Order: sequence, then C-alpha cells, then structure tokens
Amino acid sequence: MNVFARAAPKKGENFELRADLNSEYRDKRKDAIKRVIANMTVGKDVSGLFPDVLKNMQTEDIEQKKLVYLYLINYAKTQPDLVILAVNTFVKDSDDSNPLIRALAIRTMGCIRVEKIIDYLSGPLQKCLHDENPYVRKTAALCVAKLYDLKPELVLENGFLEQLHDMISDSNPMVVANTVTALSDIHIAATSQPSTSSSDPAIFVITSTILNKLLIALNECSEWGRVAILSALARYEAQDEKESEHICERVVPQFQHVNGSVVLGAVRVIMIHMRGVRREELTRQLVRKMAPPLVTLLSSPPEVQWVALRNINLLLQKRSDILSNEMRVFFCKYNDPLYVKVEKLDIMVRLANEHNVDALLSELKEYASEVDVDFVRRSIKAIGQAAVKIDAGAERCVNVLLDLIATRVSYVVQEAVVVMKDIFRRYPSTYEGVIPTLCANLEELDEPEAKASLIWIIGEYANKIDNADELLGIFVDTFTEESYSVQLQTLTAVVKLFLFKPDTSQAIVQRVLNTATKDCDSPDVRDRAYIYWRLLSTDPGAAKSVVLAHRPPISLPRTTVAPALLNELIGEISSLASVYQKPAETFIGQGRIGADSMQRKGTDPADDRPSTQKALQTVVAGQQSENLLDFDDDPASDQPTGLAATQVLQQTPAAANLLAGTSSNPLDDLVSIFGNTSVASPTAPQQNAFGGLGGLGVGSPALTPVSQVASPASANPQEDLLGLF
Amino acid sequence: MISAFFIFNQKGEVLISRLYRPDVRRSISDVFRIQVISSSDVRSPIITLGSTSFFHVRINNLYLVAVTKNNANAALVFEFCYRVISICKSYFGKVDEESVKNNFVLIYELIDEINDFGYPQNSEIDTLKTYITTESIVSSQIAAEESSKITTQATGATSWRRGDVKYKKNEAFVDVVETVNLSMSAKGTVLRADVDGHIQMRAYLSGTPECKFGLNDKLVIDKSERGAIDAVELDDCRFHQCVRLNEFDSTRTISFVPPDGEFELMTYRATTNVKLPLRVIATVNEIGTTQVSYVLVVKTNFGNKLSATNVVLRIPTPLNTTSVDCKVQNGKAKYVPEENVVVWKVPRVQGGQELSFTATAHLTSTTHRQVWARPPIDVDFQVLMFTSSGLIVRFLKVFEKSNYHSIKWVRYLTKASGSYQIRF
Repeated sequence: MNVFARAAPKKGENFELRADLNSEYRDKRKDAIKRVIANMTVGKDVSGLFPDVLKNMQTEDIEQKKLVYLYLINYAKTQPDLVILAVNTFVKDSDDSNPLIRALAIRTMGCIRVEKIIDYLSGPLQKCLHDENPYVRKTAALCVAKLYDLKPELVLENGFLEQLHDMISDSNPMVVANTVTALSDIHIAATSQPSTSSSDPAIFVITSTILNKLLIALNECSEWGRVAILSALARYEAQDEKESEHICERVVPQFQHVNGSVVLGAVRVIMIHMRGVRREELTRQLVRKMAPPLVTLLSSPPEVQWVALRNINLLLQKRSDILSNEMRVFFCKYNDPLYVKVEKLDIMVRLANEHNVDALLSELKEYASEVDVDFVRRSIKAIGQAAVKIDAGAERCVNVLLDLIATRVSYVVQEAVVVMKDIFRRYPSTYEGVIPTLCANLEELDEPEAKASLIWIIGEYANKIDNADELLGIFVDTFTEESYSVQLQTLTAVVKLFLFKPDTSQAIVQRVLNTATKDCDSPDVRDRAYIYWRLLSTDPGAAKSVVLAHRPPISLPRTTVAPALLNELIGEISSLASVYQKPAETFIGQGRIGADSMQRKGTDPADDRPSTQKALQTVVAGQQSENLLDFDDDPASDQPTGLAATQVLQQTPAAANLLAGTSSNPLDDLVSIFGNTSVASPTAPQQNAFGGLGGLGVGSPALTPVSQVASPASANPQEDLLGLF
Repeated sequence: MISAFFIFNQKGEVLISRLYRPDVRRSISDVFRIQVISSSDVRSPIITLGSTSFFHVRINNLYLVAVTKNNANAALVFEFCYRVISICKSYFGKVDEESVKNNFVLIYELIDEINDFGYPQNSEIDTLKTYITTESIVSSQIAAEESSKITTQATGATSWRRGDVKYKKNEAFVDVVETVNLSMSAKGTVLRADVDGHIQMRAYLSGTPECKFGLNDKLVIDKSERGAIDAVELDDCRFHQCVRLNEFDSTRTISFVPPDGEFELMTYRATTNVKLPLRVIATVNEIGTTQVSYVLVVKTNFGNKLSATNVVLRIPTPLNTTSVDCKVQNGKAKYVPEENVVVWKVPRVQGGQELSFTATAHLTSTTHRQVWARPPIDVDFQVLMFTSSGLIVRFLKVFEKSNYHSIKWVRYLTKASGSYQIRF
C-alpha cells in the first residue's frame, strides 16, 4: 500500500456513502442522500461528499432535489469553490415550467451564503419577482430580504427595493404579506446600523396609501401573513383621529381568529391606535371586545397561555377595567405548569376587589396546601397582597393566615409570618390579637426573613406584649449567630422595647448594644448600634421621635413597570419584550447599553439618584447567575447586565435580602434624625433615594414590607416613593 | 423571526436541525442541551441566554425548540411550534422519537416549506398534503400543470380549497364537541365551570359551495328572530380562516367556503349555564395516620335516553399508601401505586343512574408526617348527543352554482379529559 496515498479512505461510512451516491440505480442514490442528511443532522461531518452529492442535484425527483438543496445550504460555506458547480442547475431550475421548482430554486439560492452564488442570484431573482405565479413571487419577495442581509449594495443596485414597494399593490394577499415581511426585515436590519440616516432607502415608511392596501390584504391572507401585516400596522402613525378609528374598526374582527398570535397582534394594534381615539364610547367598545378573546387564549396550550398571561398582566396595568369581572377564569388548574400558575396568581390579585375577595381567599387557601413549595409561598404572599389591597377583606385574610399557621407546616408558617408583618404595617394596631399565636411559633422559624419579620412585630408592639423582653432575649442570646437582617431587626426592636419600657429593659438594651458594637462583623449593624447608643445617651426624647416615628402606610403598587416603559411595552404586545416586561435592548443588544436606557426610563430624569442605581447595579452584579431566568449565562455570548436582571431578582429571596441590605444603610437612620421633612430636603438627595427604598422608619423593617408587598416594583424605586408618600 | 429550529430527544440528541437565518450556528444546540435538557429545574418555556432566546415545547419526551436572536413575537413562535406538531400528527400519526426518526426526510421537507428565512409560511395541512406527499413526485409536464394549480391555491384568497372537487353524493357532517372544564370545591360549590367547544366539520361537497351556518347563539338570534328561549350565550368564538370575519363582525352570520374534507370550523367558549353531566360527591376521611376512607357517589345529570361512556375516575391516595380495598357495583376499580391513584373505570352509565364507590386506603407509617396535599379527583367521560352549553346547530345552508341537493348530519358530544376536577 502506498503510504503517500492521498485518496479518500477506502473504508468507513463515508466511503460506502460515496459509492452509493455514484451508484447507477436511482433508488440507491436517493437512499444514500438520505443517509448523508441523517449523518449531517447528528453532527457528523459529511462535507467531504460534496461533489458526490452535488452530482445528484439534476433530477426529476423533487424530494431528492430538496434533500440535495438542504445539504447544499449546510455545506456551501465549507466548499465555496465547488458551489459554483451548482449554479447552473439553480439558474436552470429558476426557469423551470413547474412553479414549485422555480420557487424552490430561488428560496435555496438565497440561503446559500456564498459570494459566488450571490452574483448569479440577481438575474433569476429579477425574473421571479415578476413571475406570473404568486407562489414564486411570494418566495422571491423574501429572497430580497435574504440578499439584503448578505449584500445590501446588490439590492440597491438592482432596484429590488423599488420593486418590493410596487409589490405591496400585488393582487395576491400572500404576496403582499411576504412583501411587508421582507420590507420590515430590511427595515430592522437597516435601522440597527448606527450610521443609518432617515433618508436611507431601506427604511420602510408606511404611508396612508400603503395602509389601505395592508388593511385590505389583512382580511384575505394566511394567519402568519396577518401577523406580519398587524405588526406593520402597529408601526404606522395615524394622521388623525378618523384614521385611528378606521384602523381599529378594521382590525377588531381579527380578535375572532383561531391563531393566538393573530389575536395578540390585533390587541397590540388596537392598544396603539386607541390612543388616537377620543370617542369615549368607541374606546369602551374596543376594550369590551378585547376581553373575551383574551380569556379564550387561556384555553391554548400552556406556552401560548403563558405568553398571553404575561401580556394580560401588562394590559391590566394600563387598563385595569379590561377583565374586571373575569377573575374566576384565572383560577389555577391543578395540572397547570408552575409558570402558568404563578402568572395567574399575580393576575388574580390584580383583579381582586371587595366583591370577589371571598372566592379568591378560598382559592388561595387551597393552593397553600399544594406540593410545590415555591407556589405555596407565592399563594400565601398573594393573600397578604389581597389584605393590603382590600380593606374590607383584610380581616378574612388574617383569618385564613391563622388557619394556615395552624397547619404548622414549617414553610407555610414562616411565609405567613412574613405576610402578617405587612398586614401590621398596613393596618397598625388592628390585629394585635393575633400576636400571641405568632409568638407561639417562634421556635418554628429558621429563615432570616421570617425571623426578622416576627422580631419587627414584637418590637413594634413591645408595649403591648408582656413578655416582649423575654422573647427578644432569645434573639439577643444568639445575636452573633444570626444573619445580618435578623441582627438589625433585633437591634431596633430592643431599642423600641427600651423606649416603651425603660425601667425593665435597661439591661437587655445594654447587652445588645454591647454585642452589636463589639462582636459584630457587619459595619451596618455596628453603625446602627452606635447611632442608637449615642442617640439614647444624648437625648432620649429625640431617640423616641426617631425610632418610634410614624411610618407612612404601604400600598400595593398598581404597576410593576414605569409608565414610560409600560407604554413602550404595550406597543410590543406578544413580543419577547412584553413577556419579560423589559425593553428589548436589555436582552438582544449589548447588555450595558440596555441597562442604561432602562434606567433612563425607570427614573425621573430630574431626579438623578446615582447611589440607588449603583446599589442596584451591585445587586445585579452579585446576582449575575440569576439573570433573566435563573440560568447560568452562556459563556460565549454577551451577558445582559445592569438593571435588566433586577426584575427577576426581586423574586428571589437572596435579592430581597440584598435589597434589605441596601436599606439598612445607616443613612436611613440619619435621614430620619432630621425628621420626616428632611426627606424632601435637597441637601440630601442620596439619602432621599435610600429613604425611598427603605421606607422612612429608622428601624429598617420598614423596608422589608416594601420589598415584600411592592416587590414587583423594586426595579423602579420611583414607584416605591410614590407608594410611600 | 425564528433563526433556527431543532427537535431533540429526551437525552438531548439532535433529531432535526434547521437553521433559517445566518445569525446562529449549529453549535447553539449544545447550549440548549446543557442549559435546559440537562437542567433539573426549568421554570419557563422561554430561556434567554445572552442575546439568544430559546422557545421550547415538549411533546412525548421530545423537545421542539425555536431559537431567536431578537425581540421575536413569542406567541407566534409558540403557535408555530404547535403547528409543526399538528402537521406532523396529521402526516404520520404520533409524534415521538421513533416517528420523527422514521420520517426525518419528510419533516425536513415540511419545515423547509412552512418557514422561510424565519418567517412562517403557508401551513394549511390540506394544502401541504397536495404537494408534499409521502410518495415522491416526479416532475413532468403534467406535474408542472398540477403544481401550478396547487401553488395558485396555496396563495389564493381561498388557499384552503381546490376548485375542481366533485362528489357523487354531497354530504356535510357537523360534529359539535364540547370539553367541560370544572373545578369544584370540597363543599360542592362550583369554582369555575366552562365549556371549550369545537365545531368540527367534514365537508364532502362539490364545486365551490357557499355555506351559511346558524346556531342558537344569543348574538345571532338577537339579530334574526326575537324571543327564542333556548338561546345560549357564548363568551367568545374563533373561526377557521375560511370564515369571513368581517361579515361575522357586522352581521353575526357565519358564512364561508369550506375546505374539502375535515376541518375545525369554529371554537367557542361558554361560561353561563353550564350543565354538568356528572356530579361527584366525595367524602374522604383520614382515620388516624394509617387509614383513609373514601365514599364517592356519582350522579348523572342528563336524560334517561342518553348515557355517559368511558367514565374514568382517578381518585388520589396519599403517597405512603400500601394497599387499597375498593368496593364498586359498576365497573372496575384498581389501585395504581406508581401514580398514587385509584382508577375507577365504568364503561357506561345510563341517565338517571347512580354509582357508588367505597374504599379504604392503608398507609404505612412514616417518620416525618407531612400533610397530604389532597389533589383533586379527576373525571373523564363522554356523553353523546348532549351539549353542556346547550348549543344547538339550527341550520347549515349550502349554496352552489349547480344547485345540488346536499345532506347534512349533526352530532353532539360532550366530554371531559383531565380538566373535570373535584376537590375533597
């Protein structure tokens, strides 16, 4: 055997395949092609067979042709010199008498991203754009977008863009739809280039003439075509009120379409163009018509349902009246996937009111006995949110919580305690009777948040709990072993106790201040201890007015995203951005740019709060692994950073702690020293921000309720501020 | 727009891979395998890693995955995935690993046809079947003419119908199929009850028939005849793309040119006055920590002439159940340990009949006592010639140029599968 032999190996699968590909029998050749494709799919390298596969391109058999084309699309890049051999067949096919073959040729040529092929593409494409057969035309239209992606100059040189614009007037609705798709694709590609000027021919401006053509095609084309046209309509800016009304009226029938993406597309267009409608009656009518199709989306497959639920959540923030009587349809089914259940819970709370709170509570109580711990916790949280939201239902909520505490299931009890604290915060001195029950479960608590909550309650009502010093003593004994949030709470609670009962608790306050300043390694805890110590030693009266200051009541925020962002997201209904409820730049572009613009939207421009932003960014940095959907980031790709992740963040306990950490900053306390008015003082803009996050109380427990109840809002401190004042 | 489409098996092996746009590489499939398939805790159907988003749908241990790099239309992507599933189902029945492997050439052909450059294209099953067949087509002059027709149809205003259909006997079958969803609390109050209805039609009609369809729906009736008593209120309805939505919106008439053969004419939802065909009264008591006793009574709620068939009750038992003694008069009851349920099957229940079930589950003692979550009892059944919503087809008119006589058949079926739940 010649050692220098360069020929292909004489053995192995590829050798056999090569033999078969060159077989004289048609069946054998076709079978070999299939095997090649199978190997390609599982990732084996079959690029070496390129010339042999290519030989089989000239065939009468469409199926075989398609397979060869598929192979070509995959390996053309690896064999750019050999691809030229295929050009002839392509050009010939694009002239075939069979429209399916013509379309197939033009479709495949566009997918082969090799310079040599592209140069031959213009001629056939020119012809196919004017083909008598609509099927070929609609394929050719998309091919222009493919070409633009590869070599924009070529599209401009050949005047393909003008031809596309002409094709909007095509008699065939499918051709119109694909033309719109292609133009939109080119538009997106062109606008994503920073250098694009507004006069760039690639910019797809929808004029009122085009609008009318689109509205006509909308009713006739396929479901996917409708989605394309609807998203083009969403971009159109109506000239006047009449036009807005006209668009709404023409789009409304699409609500009845069987395809969920058409329905959501129509909702999007209506929500956008409704802004231009000033007739109250029409607006009401549109909103009324929107509700049933949205509810119907809930009988779609779970993934579509989830997308719909996320969007309903947004829509409810914009127009809370949409589904006001429909809370029951959002009740969870036992076998719903968790992500659907969680979304439903959120919407249920949004739709809760005095009249349906009973139904909601019995439902939530049911969920609290389910298996999934996360879902159970969220259900209990929802009970607390309902209590905070609906005054009339608060007492019933508390009763349900007491029932749940009686189950003595550890995580149920802990979550219930956390929730109770919010209720105390919202309705001070109303449910003191519950305190003994809560204290009875002291032993059960092992999570910092639950402990901190209970300690806050004890501190707050230290004057009414006879054995408060005893209870707090337990925590003071183990002070150094507790987590920081618990230490902070213990510190504040003991100081409160001292201010209430100075005679009996001198010893315990001494002890806790000693431990906190000497044996504690958290600067926050030490700082707070020092401040208390000095306050108490210099002016007990001031201490009293600071520590026992009146806390503003908490409330449930109506929105979880800033108004500006909400408007933007409403305009992107059914897209990924609306599902994640954050602007698209945060997860498709370069992360940091996205984060910056997010901040711009999330905060008032006049109110620059660098410290808040910095703090939040630190939180995000620390939680990088938690980003977006609690997944490790793909190391190869850009990481979305910045505030993008905070929205998810606040749902994780770790984040709550971190946020609690921010608020426990001693600045908080300093702010309060100057009394409530100082919050508005321009001399302390940074503290202002912290105050917003942390609530005003010196005792940072004030924060925990905020991050709890207003948890969805933590990405947006502005909202918290509003909620607090 | 979809940049790539993959089908994975449960082990994470790629069965089908098709890149639609150049912005992703084939190796992106590895990322999905590592991050989703091998991950034990996936809590969302969309996962975004860096700037790449993965949309996945699971069916029979397969993952259908669509990959995008931009702010894609999430609803569209999922609808597309489900469309792929339904097309595959109609081509080769079951969609599982084996059938995907056996039909991979066909699947490639299909996903090439229904998506171009990431944008879904015509995916009407009937039309696809005319030019993507399991038999290979040989291109010839005749085929060219034929495909010219096909392509015109695939893009035409009635893309769902060929013009030259001929039948000796012109018939149309209408099946009204209702799925009842119920969740009932332990006290017997109805928490939610609604009906998802489908009107399935099989049209064997010649030419290009124009059909008009009427129901006893309140909205329709309000327009035509006043004072009908048996009107039902539909919350919402959605139609096959052949129905002229504009006309429905303005005049509430359902008019259409039907596709040839079987299709889903409309789906609807009703929540008012839902008639529940079966009522289940369950008394379940935990006796100490070692026993649970069950007493179930099933009552029918329809006429004597009708009957419920294939009644299957799935009655949950605690996780630490060792054995269950069941006593039933009708059907068979069996404890299925791997699912922690007692399955009670009754082939047929006549209207007015009452069924009863008593059982005792024996439990092993466990060291740490956890509260039993008490999942709901699930009931599956079918009742022929009964609609829970009370919906009735009032007329189906067929107009055609040749003015032939056509025969119409209407059937009703109410069923429940997996969504008729009673808590206890």
